[in-house]
Amino acid sequence: MIPLEHYLYVAGALFAIGTLGFVVRRNLLVQLMSLELLLNAVNLTLVAFNRQHQDDHTGQLFAFFVIAVAAAEAAVGLAIVLALYRLRRSVRSDEATLLKN
Amino acid sequence: MAVDLTLVSFFALAALTLVSGAVVAFSRNIIHATVALLGCFLGIAGLYVQLSADFLAAVQVLVYVGGTLTLILFAVMLTARIEDVRTSNTSTGLPVGVALVAALLLVLGKVATTTAWPETPRAPMPSTAKLGHALLGDYLLPFELGSILLLAAMIGAVVLARRAVKRNWEKA
Repeated sequence: MIPLEHYLYVAGALFAIGTLGFVVRRNLLVQLMSLELLLNAVNLTLVAFNRQHQDDHTGQLFAFFVIAVAAAEAAVGLAIVLALYRLRRSVRSDEATLLKN
Repeated sequence: MAVDLTLVSFFALAALTLVSGAVVAFSRNIIHATVALLGCFLGIAGLYVQLSADFLAAVQVLVYVGGTLTLILFAVMLTARIEDVRTSNTSTGLPVGVALVAALLLVLGKVATTTAWPETPRAPMPSTAKLGHALLGDYLLPFELGSILLLAAMIGAVVLARRAVKRNWEKA
């Protein structure tokens, strides 16, 4: 039986990688992928905590709903990226300055 | 002493997840990042199996690998011009990001190591039937709201991504 802490370490490391990718990178597609890493790390902690409760599956249900919302987020986010690419011929987040002037 | 196969597979899956995650976040080539996302999702699905969350492992493979990853791959192919795929993928603000993540890791590590987590070993618990009953029982309202949300997101994605009449301020 693997202790709960091991899963928390993996999820924490994955969350840190995702945060760094989201903050540092300027490509919107990579930022969206890092967002998926963050959501997956949180899901992993939810399922790992759920392992401690024999007859209660609330953690897994939360992870299920997070997956559903993440799918919706990915669809709308990628549509926005495509719309931005049509306008500016670029997917860099620091070139999305349409509201600045 | 026999090698504990559970532990070996856990470390293999964890290594797969973290290495692919690092490639996703830091690779200069966006195609490599997209393909590495596959390894990360599959590693997470394997960890779900180890946590005896069989239904979630299947959902992870179906929704993330089958749906989200294909969607991201399509977006990459539609936007990234293949010839400048490396130069368009730069990063900025590295020191600030590293400082932020170091602080985050410090807090998360402190919580994970100092909290007294319960250590009672549990029997494997197949969860698909229980999750099905819960989704059509106590969680029926969130389940239906989720379907409405997915429908709204689908319509919104179609409206945002379709090619409308070209305005004069669009670049050719």
